[in-house]
Amino acid sequence: MIVRTTAWSAGPGCHGGCGVLAHIEDGRLVKVEGDPEHPINRGRLCSRCLAMTQYVDHPGRLRSPRKRVGERGENKWQDISWEEAYDLIEEKMGKIREEYGPESVVFSMGTGRDVGAWICLLAYNYGSPNVMFALSGIGCYSPRIAASETVLGDYCVFDGGQWLPKGHDDPRYKVPETIVIWGYNINASCPDNIFGHWITDLMKKGSKIICIDPRLSFFASRADKWLQLRPGTDGALAMGFLNVIINEDLYDREFVEKWTNAPHLVRSDTGTLLRASDLVEDGSPDDFVVWDTSTGAPAIWDAANLEFRAPGAAPDAPSLTGVVPALEVPAEQCAVHLLDESSVPVKTVWSVFCAEVAEYPVDKVAQITWLRAEDIVEAARLYATSKPATIQWGVAVDMTPAITPTSMAIAALWCLTGNLDVPGGNVVARSAFGAVAYALPGSRGPIQLPSQEVDTTRIARDRYGVLSEFIWRAQTDVTLEQIFTGKPYPIKGMWVQACNLVGGIGYDPQRWVKALKKLDFVCVVDTFMTPTAELADIVLPAATFLEKDGIRSWWTPLESIVKAMEVEGCRPDNEINFELARRFNPDLKWNDLHELLDEIVSPSGMTFDELAKKGWELPPDGDPSAPYHRHERGLLRTDGKPGFKTPSGKMELYSVLRERWGFEPLPHHEEPPFSPVSSPELFEQYPLILTTGRRSPVYFNSEHRNIPWLREADPDPVVELHPETGAALGIGNGEWVWIENMFGKARLKAKLTPIVPRWLASAAHGWWYPEQEGAEPSLRGVWDSSTNQLLPMGYQGKDGLGTHAKCTLCRVYRAHTAPPGAYTLPEGGVIGGAVSVAGTAHGPAPGHAPATARGALVRNPDKEA
Amino acid sequence: MAAKRKAKAPKNGLLIDYEYCTGCYACQVACQQEHHWPAGMSGIRVHEIVQNLPNDKAYLTYLPFPTELCVLCAARTRKGQQPACVQHCMAACMRYGKIEELAKEMSKPRMVLWAPRG
Repeated sequence: MIVRTTAWSAGPGCHGGCGVLAHIEDGRLVKVEGDPEHPINRGRLCSRCLAMTQYVDHPGRLRSPRKRVGERGENKWQDISWEEAYDLIEEKMGKIREEYGPESVVFSMGTGRDVGAWICLLAYNYGSPNVMFALSGIGCYSPRIAASETVLGDYCVFDGGQWLPKGHDDPRYKVPETIVIWGYNINASCPDNIFGHWITDLMKKGSKIICIDPRLSFFASRADKWLQLRPGTDGALAMGFLNVIINEDLYDREFVEKWTNAPHLVRSDTGTLLRASDLVEDGSPDDFVVWDTSTGAPAIWDAANLEFRAPGAAPDAPSLTGVVPALEVPAEQCAVHLLDESSVPVKTVWSVFCAEVAEYPVDKVAQITWLRAEDIVEAARLYATSKPATIQWGVAVDMTPAITPTSMAIAALWCLTGNLDVPGGNVVARSAFGAVAYALPGSRGPIQLPSQEVDTTRIARDRYGVLSEFIWRAQTDVTLEQIFTGKPYPIKGMWVQACNLVGGIGYDPQRWVKALKKLDFVCVVDTFMTPTAELADIVLPAATFLEKDGIRSWWTPLESIVKAMEVEGCRPDNEINFELARRFNPDLKWNDLHELLDEIVSPSGMTFDELAKKGWELPPDGDPSAPYHRHERGLLRTDGKPGFKTPSGKMELYSVLRERWGFEPLPHHEEPPFSPVSSPELFEQYPLILTTGRRSPVYFNSEHRNIPWLREADPDPVVELHPETGAALGIGNGEWVWIENMFGKARLKAKLTPIVPRWLASAAHGWWYPEQEGAEPSLRGVWDSSTNQLLPMGYQGKDGLGTHAKCTLCRVYRAHTAPPGAYTLPEGGVIGGAVSVAGTAHGPAPGHAPATARGALVRNPDKEA
Repeated sequence: MAAKRKAKAPKNGLLIDYEYCTGCYACQVACQQEHHWPAGMSGIRVHEIVQNLPNDKAYLTYLPFPTELCVLCAARTRKGQQPACVQHCMAACMRYGKIEELAKEMSKPRMVLWAPRG
């Protein structure tokens, strides 16, 4: 039997969407192949999906709910039935809700994926608004989406033809002349719902590449321009590009005049936007003002109706026509009379935007980014003169605390160059048909809190405006602190699903261990035991994508996930959470999971079963979720008027929301907290720039080290160093080294390679050893090679977003020994052996280093000496 | 029989456009899955080659190289399917076919044409 379905975690770990054909014989998985007809992957498939037989049948796979019978971290468990597990969870979490309120339980997820919707289903029906994406500064994807929502009212992705049935071959599509790959080794990870190899397809069709990456990636090696920038300086580079593009008049002036808030006036006294309420009685504070060159007088921009009005006109008076807003206000006219009769000088948004951009002359940007000025100029020219051109940005952009002003600068690039929502440009990305399962920043689906009143208790919602406007999450760094302080209310429990706080996503993992131990109740749902699961009271065994019905509704197309098989004892995340949601909320709106799936896909006009028969469906032209030119066609706003769903109705070069939230309204660069510039005294002690999180094509973050075919391809945690750096530090290729900074250290294997610059240490992240002892202190070897030990919590950006995982400091020195149990391929190729239950034997004790073949290859300088 | 086969010129092969290989390992794992090889064995292996160039530059190449275990997925090709590595190659940079025809397709730089063991 061959079952056609869609890959989305659990299993390959990615954000998925690829069409797969699951070959099932007698209920067992024998093979997974790519679906040749599927519009995303067209028959191709990545190594992680191709290894699903080793994943599904892995002897270490959790196959029964279990409860803790020793202390937390002792790795002593007793298998229990699902019914008993549900009863226990209902009792424990019910008690917390009764005593402390539902907000006292935090629902923690790793990188979003399929589980995002179902965590919200459970949290919201339990009554807690505290769904937490467990990365510091919520620093992956959400900040980019929110920043784009802030200035554009929508998010954009590069156009790989994914909205068109024939893809690149559709007559409406244009191959981008140039693709900017910004902080993204996209082919190795397929994140953010983009199939990375669409870009290699387009390279074959002639697309040029501008690659912005400190490391010589595949794309950097084949780029027309490779900008090997210093990590964390992306904002300065984007401002430098804008500087070249504006100074050399390479921007689309018509777009600036017509579609941005460039003509809106800014008060010189307060530096804030001039509002209609400043000018006239009954003027709205939500309306803005332009200088009409046809009359030589101010005109009011009615932001609700997207039309001009004469100052002081009656509300029912017809709108002003023939207004020609000035992009620059002549100096002699640059004052307006306010309500209080005073006169205040004004400038246009365009003037203040250009003044900010002028702060970044190319020479200065070269100094900040460690690039050559001529390379910046040439790259900016190539991008701006290519039509169309597109930018695809990656998580590296989120990984600076100034994520929002950085993203604003990058979004301004694709807007000012006329590449917004054009074929082959940056197209507005919405969930196909508006069918929202997992509510990304800015969107809402059927899964919502019973009342928005409850949302007022969401952690840090009030502190960070963007959390109340777009991102429906608890702020991670503040949540961790609140677990220890109990202020303003105690946190007593945590539901952790598809999330490895200690071994993967959590910075300062020792502190997360302490936090978990402080809680009254912890439930972990996963497919395998992880360092995090070791600290749970209850562990539930999750199903892979092959073992469940579901939907993938994230950008496009709308896709069905169809149960191909079952693994005895495991249950799908969505079924687990539906059952518990039903128990915690007897008034749950849906009788069963399929009713909920039906409601989620209903905007497509289909039921889940109808969708499942087709497998996937693309939204038709004219649907707001299908390109192109939607701002011109009135498809972005609910009122059907041309424009954007921002407070001004325009693409905002000066952000109205940022001004409201008390942050800089213009794009700019800020140094990350630990850098040669911001902390030169630390740089003296830690003279290498540390970037973590380099993507492996065979792993998704902290997963898959126990899958033999995958571990074989990338067996050790590797830190890449330049050969000259290695020589200077006395480090040989393949030697185990400590990378260390002011916060901690981790042991990795040095790979000396000229693909990194001399000043960089590029360290693999998410390493723990599934094959090692589960009990503390080992926690499956997590303390050995986890680079998160060098990353502190609490350094999020001013707006609560962004982080520093790719731009901090370290020193590197020889470790003299390999970690205990350094990888060797075990007999029979099985890694991470059978799950141990109470009373059964554990693996080798921590500190015991088996003399493996691989270990013997590691030079031991102590012995040599 | 073996001697006879040895004498024959290889008929089919793989054309690998290594300029576009991104080193994703899909071919290697697809082969392991197809032929049930344990970890450590595969009919094709991905190699990373970093070459220093003048002026402090370097070039990064990935080369999927078929091994002694490659049988060009005879069971698949008989059914009209592509070899497992060719179908799943994420960069679509491998082609299976008759060597003579593949040779004609070597129309761009950075390609290798590979013939299997006899």
